Amino acid sequence: MGRYVFLDSIAVADCAMEVEGEDLDDLFATAARAVAELMVDPTTVRCSIERDVQLAAPSLDLLLFDWLSELIFLKDSEQLVFPDVEVRVSGEAPCRLAARLRGEALDRTRTTLRADPKAVTFHLFALEPRDGGWRARVVIDI
Amino acid sequence: MKTVPIADCVWEIPQSEKPGMRVPARIYASQALLAQMDQGVFEQVTNVACLPGIVRAALCMPDGHWGYGFPIGGVAAFRADTGVISPGGIGFDINCGMRVLRTRLTEAEVRPKLRALVDALFAAVPSGVGAHGFVRLGEDEFREVMREGSGWCVRRGLGWPEDLAATEGGGCLPGADPEQVSARALARGIGQLGTLGSGNHYLEIQVVPPDGIHDPAVARAFGVTGPGQVLVMVHCGSRGFGHQVGTDYLRRFDQAMGAYGITVPDRELACAPFRSPEGQAYFGAMTAAANTAFANRQVITHRVREVLGRVFGRDPRELGLEVVYDVCHNTAKLERHVVDGTPVDLVVHRKGATRAFGPGAPDVPAAYRDVGQPVIIGGSMETGSALLVGTAHAMTETFGSTAHGAGRTMSRAQARKRVRGERLIEDLRARGIVVRAASTSGVAEEAGFAYKDLAEVVEVIQRLDVSRKVVSLRPIGNIKG
Repeated sequence: MGRYVFLDSIAVADCAMEVEGEDLDDLFATAARAVAELMVDPTTVRCSIERDVQLAAPSLDLLLFDWLSELIFLKDSEQLVFPDVEVRVSGEAPCRLAARLRGEALDRTRTTLRADPKAVTFHLFALEPRDGGWRARVVIDI
Repeated sequence: MKTVPIADCVWEIPQSEKPGMRVPARIYASQALLAQMDQGVFEQVTNVACLPGIVRAALCMPDGHWGYGFPIGGVAAFRADTGVISPGGIGFDINCGMRVLRTRLTEAEVRPKLRALVDALFAAVPSGVGAHGFVRLGEDEFREVMREGSGWCVRRGLGWPEDLAATEGGGCLPGADPEQVSARALARGIGQLGTLGSGNHYLEIQVVPPDGIHDPAVARAFGVTGPGQVLVMVHCGSRGFGHQVGTDYLRRFDQAMGAYGITVPDRELACAPFRSPEGQAYFGAMTAAANTAFANRQVITHRVREVLGRVFGRDPRELGLEVVYDVCHNTAKLERHVVDGTPVDLVVHRKGATRAFGPGAPDVPAAYRDVGQPVIIGGSMETGSALLVGTAHAMTETFGSTAHGAGRTMSRAQARKRVRGERLIEDLRARGIVVRAASTSGVAEEAGFAYKDLAEVVEVIQRLDVSRKVVSLRPIGNIKG
């Protein structure tokens, strides 16, 4: 099971996070959970809607950029947030991702709202293998 | 990094300080503000100095802090013929900006109804994650908004004709090209007109304090008559639409730069020649987003007028709810400035910086041309805000630019650790400031202690003579995302 931490000391107006995963699938799923937690208290969201997402990109780091951008896009275009995520990532170029998302459309009467992310940035953006697993650093514009 | 004082409140980082710098970097700050600036400011402003076609110097205003690509508070001008345009020099929240409305109401009249007023505004102006507005648009209508900006709103009865003259660029910047906007940007933004967003965006009821008039003549020109007068301030931008335009083109420029032989010291500074197909496409899409931001603030203005009219049982015109001015913070604009004695067309990037044109400038509305353009400096919800006026000196010193706010000194996560949102809302209530927020953790992130001292920022820009203090404003009611 991957883990993530929000970093206090960089990009003062925004949200920096460091994500670790046992493998790429785990890292991408953990990063998605971090974005959901940034937007809402995930315990106040019911997982009543399922959505499949497929993406391709020329490199793994751009695939991560596109993946997190997709979650932010779904938040604005359909008011959907997804705390429960399964991801399969293929690292062979072109890199591909297939994900199953579970969550719901924001219900403002019972969902605890947090920040409204604008975009994923390339600021200090990194995805690298580490200690047999993977690690990413992402700064999200708030 | 070596910073050399070259004048009062002006610090220069020489071109020799970092390989690749094409011009020096210049930071405008007092000694105290300079000491508060994080290392990211120095790295980022010198990175900006490396971009092709930059003119004179890469600048950072006194409220500067660590951003991404450019520092927040960054200003840089690039030759339109040989220079670049960079989404990282504008930010994702394209034309995030400030608007101020004056009223004929006094604090004494508003106080008894303040809670009802704040509640009604909170209900009328949606805020927070995924908020949708009341304006229902088809795709073709949304493209009209992109082309016409605030003018579209006035045409649809969501504004007064005179609002346009009181908006930077008349509320519609030239060059918007909806064809350069992706279907995703359209889908993301089409339902959000009239929404506030979150982060540092707000809608605030403010009062002129007893000692708040610093330049009575200019204040009068702005329609600010004296202490006790109530004003309404809006801070927001182009919402998900602009954010997606920024994302789309950052991604595209990241891949396209190589074809133009451009390398940048920070990937977030991805750019393309302004005159290239990619550069022109971004300029068209970015301007479409800028116009949508004007329309967003215009629709919010309409809602504010409706709410105040209802709460006070009077016609909004009778309440004198006129726009003082509306300024952009995050844009790149094609402007002509004198460089080495010659007028040159420049793409002036302002990221967390305000245009501050002086008296006589043709782009300043007729009502203010004798005194200069109103400048709106937003502070935290605790410390208050300020109205200033642009100066002739700003035209030569900073490409007609000044600060935009107090500027953060502390990260959002650090602020959340220091105070709980519920506690801060209670403390503010005890001090006479009523707050409603979509997110209480967001309130903690915007606590006054997370920002620089606004008075110090204003003092520095006054000493620099890039704008002059006119009116101080103190909050009494705040709606936050």
